[in-house]
This record gives sequence, C-alpha cells and structure tokens, in this order.
Amino acid sequence: MGRIVLDKVTKRFGDVEVIPPLDLTIEEGEFTVFVGPSGCGKSTLLRLIAGLEDVTDGLIQIDGTDATSLAPAKRRLAMVFQSYALYPHMSVRKNIAFPLKMAGLGRAEIKRRVDNAASVLNLTDYLDRRPGQLSGGQRQRVAIGRAIVREPAAFLFDEPLSNLDAALRVGMRLEISELHERLRTTMIYVTHDQVEAMTMADKIVVLQAGVIEQVGSPLELYKAPKNKFVAGFIGSPKMNFVEGPEAAKYGAHTIGIRPEHIEVSADSGAWSGVVSVSEHLGSDTFFHVHDTGLADSITVRADGDVGFRHGDKVFLQPREELIHRFDAQGQRIE
Amino acid sequence: MATQHSRSAARLMMAPAVILLLGWMLVPLSMTLYFSFKKYLPMRGGDLGWVGFDNYTRFVTSSSFWPSISATLTILGGVLAITVVLGVLLAILLDQPMWGQGVVRILVIAPFFVMPTVSALVWKNMFMDPNYGLLAYLWRFFGAEPVQWMSQASLPSIIMIVSWQWLPFSTLILLTAIQSLDSEQLEASEMDGAPILKRFWYIILPHLSRAITVVILIQTIFLLSIFAEIFVTTGGAFGTKTLSYLIFQRVLESQNVGLGSAGGVYAIILANIVAIFLMRIVGKNLDN
Repeated sequence: MGRIVLDKVTKRFGDVEVIPPLDLTIEEGEFTVFVGPSGCGKSTLLRLIAGLEDVTDGLIQIDGTDATSLAPAKRRLAMVFQSYALYPHMSVRKNIAFPLKMAGLGRAEIKRRVDNAASVLNLTDYLDRRPGQLSGGQRQRVAIGRAIVREPAAFLFDEPLSNLDAALRVGMRLEISELHERLRTTMIYVTHDQVEAMTMADKIVVLQAGVIEQVGSPLELYKAPKNKFVAGFIGSPKMNFVEGPEAAKYGAHTIGIRPEHIEVSADSGAWSGVVSVSEHLGSDTFFHVHDTGLADSITVRADGDVGFRHGDKVFLQPREELIHRFDAQGQRIE
Repeated sequence: MATQHSRSAARLMMAPAVILLLGWMLVPLSMTLYFSFKKYLPMRGGDLGWVGFDNYTRFVTSSSFWPSISATLTILGGVLAITVVLGVLLAILLDQPMWGQGVVRILVIAPFFVMPTVSALVWKNMFMDPNYGLLAYLWRFFGAEPVQWMSQASLPSIIMIVSWQWLPFSTLILLTAIQSLDSEQLEASEMDGAPILKRFWYIILPHLSRAITVVILIQTIFLLSIFAEIFVTTGGAFGTKTLSYLIFQRVLESQNVGLGSAGGVYAIILANIVAIFLMRIVGKNLDN
C-alpha cells in the first residue's frame, strides 16, 4: 500500500515546460521530502501526484495501477494544504468527518473514526469548535485529522508548516515525524526549508527548475552531494565555495567546505582572514571571515565559547578529507 | 482613537453628519405622525382638526388594504427568489474563465444603470405589448395567442421587470463573494471525494450565505417601496396595488393626507416586521 511510481511525468503550462520528463519511485511507507527553492516545481509535482493538475505526458502509478487520469478522490491520497483549507462554516468534528460523509460511511463508523483521530491528535476537547476559534497549530492538526480518517494509501503535505511560528514549527515537525512512525504510511512532504527536509525525511528529493538534482537519504546528501547546487542547498549555514588557484591545488574547478569542517584559531592555519561578523548562538558561534583572498566571505562554525570579535585576524584550517571537489560544470569529482 | 481627547474630538467631528441624518429621518417621521392624527384634505377644506385614530381604522378597514399587503409581499418574495437563485448561478458562470469576460461582466451589470421608469416602459412597450411587443411576435411565431401581460399576468410581469433590474445587483455581490473563496478549500473538498454538486452544496453555498443575507436585506429595503414600475405599467390596476402605491393614491388621488399618513405609519411597521423576521432567519449568518 502506497508505492508511487512516476514514469517520464511531464508538465507544461502552454509553452513553458515546468517539469521536464521526470522519473521517481517512492517506496511504500517511506517519508519522502521534495525540497528546492521557490518556483522549482516541487508543489506542481505534488499536485500532479494528487491529481489536482493534469499531467501533460507520462504515467503515474499508485500501488501498481495506472492513476494518471484518475480523479483526485479515486487515488486514495490525502492532502494537507499550506493554508490548511479547513471548511470555516463547519465544526472541527464535521471537518474531519467530511471525507467519510462523502464516502457514504455510516454514522456510527464516522463517529468512531473521528473520535479516534481526535484522540490521536489531541483534538477531543475542540471537536465542537469552528476552525476560526483554533490556534495555528490546532488548525494544522485538524487538517491532518481530516487526512488520516480516510486511511489513505499516502499523505501529501504541501508546505504545511510555513504558516506557523518558529517554535510551533519545531513542535509540529516532531508530531508529523511521530505520526509517520506510528502509521507507517507513505508520506510525501514538500518544503523549501532544508532543515525540515533533513530532520524528517527517509528520502530527500532535491529539485531545481523541475529537474531532480539528487535523490538520497539526508546523510547521503550531506556527505556526498552530487553537484554544487545540492551541496549549497543542504546544510546550514551554507557550504563555502572556493574557486581559482586554491581549488586547482586539489585538482578541481571549485572546492566546497562546510563551515563546521573548518577549524578557526588565532595563530595557525592554511588560510587567514579578518572576522567581519560573529554570531553567538550560545551552543555555536558563526564567524563570517573576510579578506581571505579565496571568496567574498568564508563562514566558519566554532564552539560557543570561542570569542573572536569584529576586526580580529584569524587563521582557518579546513579538514582536508572533508573537502568536496567539483568540476567546471559543477559536478562532483570523486 | 486611543485617548480621551481624540475620542471627544472624533465625536465632535462626527456630530454634523449624525445630526443631519437624524434630522433627515426625524422631521418627515414626526410630520407623518402629526398628519396621521388629523383630517387633512388639501383641496376640500384643508386642516379639519384632530380625529384621533380614525385614519388608522379607516385605512385598515378599506377593502384595498389586505390585497395591497399581499401584492407587496408577493412581489418581494418573487423578486428575492428569482434574483438570489439566478444571481448565484450567474455568479458561478461569470467566475469561470472565458473569452470576453470583461465585456460580459459589464453587460450583465448594465440593467442596474437603467432608471426604473425607463426599464419598466421598455418592458411594457417593447416586450410585453400584446400587439407589437417582441414576446407577442414570439407567441404568434409558435402559433399561440399572445399573452395580455399587463392584465392577464400582471403580478408575474412586474416581478419579471423588477427582477431584471435587481439581478445585476445580486450577481455583482455574489460574484465578489465567490471570488473570495479560497481555491484550496475547493481542491481539498475535491480530494475529500465531493463531486461537483456536493462541492456546491457544502462549500460554495455556505461560503455565499453571508453575501446572500446582504442581498436579501438590501433588496427588501428597496423592494418594499417599489413604485415607479407599477406607476408606469399597470397604474395599480389588476391586483398590483402595493402598500406604497395605495398610500400614493390616498394622498394624491384622493387628496387625503391624513389617511395616507396613517398608511405610511403602517408601512413603517410592516417594514420593521419584515426586517425583524429576516434578521431572525438569516441574521445569524452575520454573526462571527
């Protein structure tokens, strides 16, 4: 239940090809995250799977059957929208019960399933309220509740956390991960936030301009990014890229080194520069080092108690074995 | 308006408008009340003194009173039903992307710009005339006897004319309401397995309920006092004498200001009854 196969799926709006032919397999029970910058086609791809957009070309298979031209309701997929898309004139109970009512289930069965979903999502006390009387996190849970009562083959999430404040987002992230652990249902999750992708995913699909740049587990993407785009997109703060003679020393057009893989000290190191800004987070400190002669700015992560200030001269020592090398086309050199 | 000072300044500046509006309402109202207790016949002796509640009893015991109430409510109900139902359908239609959308929308709204007198005359002479009206030609084309609209189907004719005038208003309000519907809600209901008619019933119609309430309330206010359309078509004959038309006849044709004023007070009461009634039924939609 819940294996989704995309075979040369293509989407064109008029003359604009939003998604060039694309192949992807999402295994049963997997938590797959589509991640990429705004406008990379990740939401469109999700809507194609959901059936809210028609594919221009190619096939979509759900559990081995062709679903390419099936109506959204017939695909046994449930979607959680960015705006939650709750029905404002219905109580929470009616919202969650709506898909069951449309499916023509009996009253007792609907009540049983809604009560069950409400207790799973801690919504029991709010069942008689309207969505307008709920907080952002509660609305989010109602939207998830409406999705889980249908017992779908797969859940589709379209940037579900982007309307929540930072603290709530971390909490909901955890809840969705726990939900996945409990239900073991296939989930496809779209986000532009690489932190969400890294923390939640079994499999990350990095997209750019409708093209899959790399598919892999979070750590694969972190440790062995296939190209410069993935290297720069995954990881926070961003990976530093250095071109020119320094890169040539390593036999590459560009080398990339993550901020956490550079040692910073006051006296020795391969590179040197001047601290421009230091960001103290308590647990970590980020230094933005200028005047290195390598790039505009090199970001370095150090422990929280390393205390360089603006204007201090520092030495940087990259960990040689963790340097990523890229050729002129931005592809990884092994 | 945070501080005490700005609050009193605001009150001071709103005062002229409030006083003007209050005067505009209170002066005619008290004059109507004043005349309704008098025997006042301008061409036949003028002010003939106080008569207590005589005018009130005479007005309701007249044989034209209850028929006029029934005609008023029939026209009101008929026009509301037609404009709301067709308004919802037209709004949905106009919301669909189509070629020439801008022009079509202007054309749909156009009848609202035509003066009531003019549109009633156009309908009466161009469409409904039993000899040379377009509808008469249509009837004859199919071999039928043309309908004498104004005499044989007088109330339906007036309802048709007034609905034609007010349909653009309801369409316009309902169209803007439909455009404010979050498309993700429709998509969500589509994924929840609601076919198109159920989407209309469970999502679109509840979303429109507030706009429909507004349409009904505003149209009720204007339709209770509808006059021009009756004046230029049937002249109050063939059972189309509404309450406001009856008052007009009492004051101007019978030259009995006192009697007409009493009728005016009844009209105020009727309008309030209808308003309270409507607020009860649909007013809960205006909450939250």
